[in-house]
Amino acid sequence: MAGKTLYDKLWDAHVVRADTGGTTLLYIDRHLVHEVTSPQAFEGLRLAGRQPWRTSSVLAVPDHNVPTTERSAGVTGIADRISRIQVETLDANCAAFGITEFKMNDLRQGIVHVIGPEQGATLPGMTVVCGDSHTSTHGAFGALAFGIGTSEVEHVLATQCLIQKKSKNFRVRVDGKLPAGVTAKDIVLAIIGRIGTAGGTGYTLEFAGEAIRSLSMEGRMSICNMAIEAGARAGLVGVDETTIDYVRGRPYAPKGEQWDKAVAAWFDLHSDDDAVFDKTLVLNAADLVPQVTWGTSPEMVVGVDANVPDPAAEADQVKANGMRRALEYMGGSCTNGRIEDFRAAAAIAKGRRVKDGVRALAVPGSGLVKEQAEAEGLDRIFVEAGFEWREPGCSMCLAMNADRLEPGERCASTSNRNFEGRQGQGGRTHLVSPAMAAAAAIAGHFVDVRAIG
Amino acid sequence: MDKFTTLQALVVPLDRPNVDTDAIIPKQFLKSIRRSGFGPNLFDEWRYLDHGEPDQDNSGRPLNPDFALNQLRYQGARILLGRENFGCGSSREHAVWALEDYGFRVVIAPSFADIFFNNCFKNGVLPIVLDGAKVDALFKAVETTPGYQLTVDLQAQIVTTPSGEQMPFEVDAFRKHCLLEGLDDIGLTLQHADAIRAYEERRRGEAPWLFN
Ligand code: SF4
Repeated sequence: MAGKTLYDKLWDAHVVRADTGGTTLLYIDRHLVHEVTSPQAFEGLRLAGRQPWRTSSVLAVPDHNVPTTERSAGVTGIADRISRIQVETLDANCAAFGITEFKMNDLRQGIVHVIGPEQGATLPGMTVVCGDSHTSTHGAFGALAFGIGTSEVEHVLATQCLIQKKSKNFRVRVDGKLPAGVTAKDIVLAIIGRIGTAGGTGYTLEFAGEAIRSLSMEGRMSICNMAIEAGARAGLVGVDETTIDYVRGRPYAPKGEQWDKAVAAWFDLHSDDDAVFDKTLVLNAADLVPQVTWGTSPEMVVGVDANVPDPAAEADQVKANGMRRALEYMGGSCTNGRIEDFRAAAAIAKGRRVKDGVRALAVPGSGLVKEQAEAEGLDRIFVEAGFEWREPGCSMCLAMNADRLEPGERCASTSNRNFEGRQGQGGRTHLVSPAMAAAAAIAGHFVDVRAIG
Repeated sequence: MDKFTTLQALVVPLDRPNVDTDAIIPKQFLKSIRRSGFGPNLFDEWRYLDHGEPDQDNSGRPLNPDFALNQLRYQGARILLGRENFGCGSSREHAVWALEDYGFRVVIAPSFADIFFNNCFKNGVLPIVLDGAKVDALFKAVETTPGYQLTVDLQAQIVTTPSGEQMPFEVDAFRKHCLLEGLDDIGLTLQHADAIRAYEERRRGEAPWLFN
């Protein structure tokens, strides 16, 4: 019999009950909750007179609507009334149902996909769900993690399970060593450029190969984060020493004897050598260059050294300096809002100045990322270079809070979606790595980060 | 959830691939803590010429005359015809709530994004996958035939055109059952509460750290 893929192993370990019709009742270990996709789920519980099945599995945090400017006034200080109600509703629901919540002004608050791993709430071998498509991020830990809709949020709250159908296995192998200046973000953008935004639909994507193995957990998270942009609900990376080292000592991670037992189990979390994949793509790391998206879908991406395909008009706008006054830089998001991302951006920003007329925001992914960055002096580097150093949250990634683009503005963004109007109606987004975004903020147009020392 | 058995209704075409959930219901409307009332803001940025905000009276807003939903011939449509990768992007169920609130019960496309596809079934909306050539033919027919209607029979899993052509479609047996009966799947899952408890007990022995 052929071996199992990592996805097969994770799936099999969580089957509560398999139905003849091909649907499976799958057990969920960790449920992350935020303010946007949960109010109607709690309401549903209430209407049906149900209680959460296992509150210890749930961790909640407000992130999408929180202001990233000064917050000393607390929730009542959120200017937008409707945003405020949403955050207040999460607070009230968590209190009523006995769910742990990192509130807006808790040091541990941050983007849900940053804090799960940071707290050790995301562990290898878990099933992790959240009412947010970028839950795929957590797959970097060898966990089966995927986004769900609000009805499913309610379903997990009430039953600790989901009714699921197994997807197929797709392995993307990136062989060889990554060239200098090419980051995890560039790898994943290049993959999406190759397979398209629906290329992974119906599959779980496993990222493997030397170039992936050599990445830090932050890099692996950036890649899995964007699995959904390739159409796959879940992305995965097998467990190795890098994974274990990251998890060790985190607040929610097992301790003592349990830790040893867990680590022993986690080392089995990789695909067997003889596992069979339904689909495979092999890339050579040496061929990769920094990537820039030029269109309104993540698959509309090119290497920074290439010409933009049709429509031809885009070419000069992206490549030349058509962005001058209108460029905004947004550094952060659940794709690239971790400490390593800010180190990479700061390395470019250090001793340089943001181009006149460009507005540059640096938004940490969590309170702890912010604290760490400040301990390393990164905030000073950003501020001296003319960046705004903000409070943690989703910020301009989605522009649900007050941070957004104006019509006609362009943004070099470290986030994950360049959909029309995503960062503000009439604005345009170019997805890039943190280093590329910082370099664009300084030059006032896109430049090849490999050419900057 | 409302039952779904058969539907005969007008079809409206939305001729673009990769229609994402940000387009179906823009983010400013996600701030609502309710489940209903999203219909007037369905496709807000395409449908209106101005910028929409929640809690606004939509009746006086300038409509985009080029957008299919605004055209007289498509008023009252309950079947949406789309292209590849319909519903991609964010997991927001608000996208389906908006479609449903507007009146759609069926979306036909060559392919759907996974999360959106799931969310449809939870809200009594039937997503139907037909192959690209069939969808192409439907687009042509809808555009050239005013008042074009399709009949969808879920029990038989068949879409029937006005000329009587029958297009079979696949649907998962469990989801079909839930739609036909209008069943709440949380209630169904809770019938297996003992199996869930037994699973937890076994897992707690194997991997206690998952229950800390
Ligand atoms: S940072 Fe952006 S993509 Fe990530 S959870 Fe927030 S809004 Fe979603």
